[in-house]
Amino acid sequence: MPGLVSGEFKPLSMREMAVRVAADIPDGWYVNLGIGIPMLIPEQLPPEREVVFHCENGILGMGPAPPPDAIDPWLINAAKQHVTLRVGGSICDHADSFAMIRGGHLNLAVLGAFEVAENGDLANWATLERDTPLGVGGGMDLATGAQRVWVVMEHTTKDGRPRLVRRCTYPLTAFGTVKRIYTNLAVLDVAPQGFAVTEMIPGMTVESLQARTEAKLFSAL
Amino acid sequence: MVNKFVSSVTEAMADVRDGAVVLVGGFGEVGQPRDLIDGLIEHGARELTLVHNNAGVGQFGLARLLELGRVRKVICSFPRSSGSVIFQQLYKEGKIELELVPQGTLAERIRAAGAGVAAFYTPTGAGTKLGEGKETRLFNGKLCVLEHALYGDVALVEAWCADRWGNLTYKESGRNFNPIMATAAKLTVVQTHHTMELGALDPELIITPGIFVDRIVHIPNGNVSFSRSA
Repeated sequence: MPGLVSGEFKPLSMREMAVRVAADIPDGWYVNLGIGIPMLIPEQLPPEREVVFHCENGILGMGPAPPPDAIDPWLINAAKQHVTLRVGGSICDHADSFAMIRGGHLNLAVLGAFEVAENGDLANWATLERDTPLGVGGGMDLATGAQRVWVVMEHTTKDGRPRLVRRCTYPLTAFGTVKRIYTNLAVLDVAPQGFAVTEMIPGMTVESLQARTEAKLFSAL
Repeated sequence: MVNKFVSSVTEAMADVRDGAVVLVGGFGEVGQPRDLIDGLIEHGARELTLVHNNAGVGQFGLARLLELGRVRKVICSFPRSSGSVIFQQLYKEGKIELELVPQGTLAERIRAAGAGVAAFYTPTGAGTKLGEGKETRLFNGKLCVLEHALYGDVALVEAWCADRWGNLTYKESGRNFNPIMATAAKLTVVQTHHTMELGALDPELIITPGIFVDRIVHIPNGNVSFSRSA
């Protein structure tokens, strides 16, 4: 990358991470997006690519957010934001909507995470606080039911602790479920031997990435 | 003649007993039978178990029901919505019980109750905190937990359009839990935005057949603005 000298790198922004994930979603897939960075993905898809977005509350074919003067109060997504229904979209009840998830009909769920373990364990629903009630929403259903689960998250926490770990310390959402992780530094597959690095941002080295990762990395570059 | 319309919310809420399990439709503000919830507050039943996706926001509706101490236990998937202050306070003080259920398991437990399925196995939640203490079994190599049907004594449902037989349609994402809850309770009470003469609803487009419905109150354009959010 122009302007970078050896050993320097510029982590991807959230939008750039969404761009990177969007590049890997093929035409024709049915996809559910978790809250946070995953929700930035739809606008990064080229308009000719038909990807059908599912929302837990019974929408198949979610379209973009409406302009402020055209909000339909009856149409919200799972994050309770106003959305639109694209041409071809449909509505169903909650049980049918989760049958799509739990019955293995979704090609992909893209989720955020606190931690992912080298065996594919996912922790994205509960912190270790004691005095607040936990909320799970549809996270466990998605993590268990989708045909594949990709995680998009920053490589480390804000204070630099690794999120790619040998074993999750946070409560599990589902075990052995994550297939691929997109971070602001790299793309990694969960392989039988652990995390396989398939891509890194310019200026990043496997050694430098390893220093930011608790689990052992394997190069698949 | 079958006519399930009643003339008031008060009449609709008659016979709701203390200790009842109350299924309440809606996801966020959309599809929530708010006039019936206000009617339940008015009615005064106590020691309720509330089954709803969330645990109330702001200080009205379900949150008000909680604040008045009418609810013993909440069964939901996500009690942490922003503005869910009353539930969080009661929870901190140990004044309310929470049964946290994955959203799809919640929906399926309700559907199972409506369909006479006593229990079912699902991989969702297996190997997690929410699977602890539940019977497990391997199916095709996959660890599954046993989940029980969730029966309601009362279901409060919001419909878009109803006829006197109780045939219902819904509007957009206002459908959510409403049709399955309508099937799962001993007494299903509906508030509807619109009514139609029997025969006017297209039979192909009726979502809830009238057999699942007991009482209907017509609340014309009730709640349509969703303007009461906290």
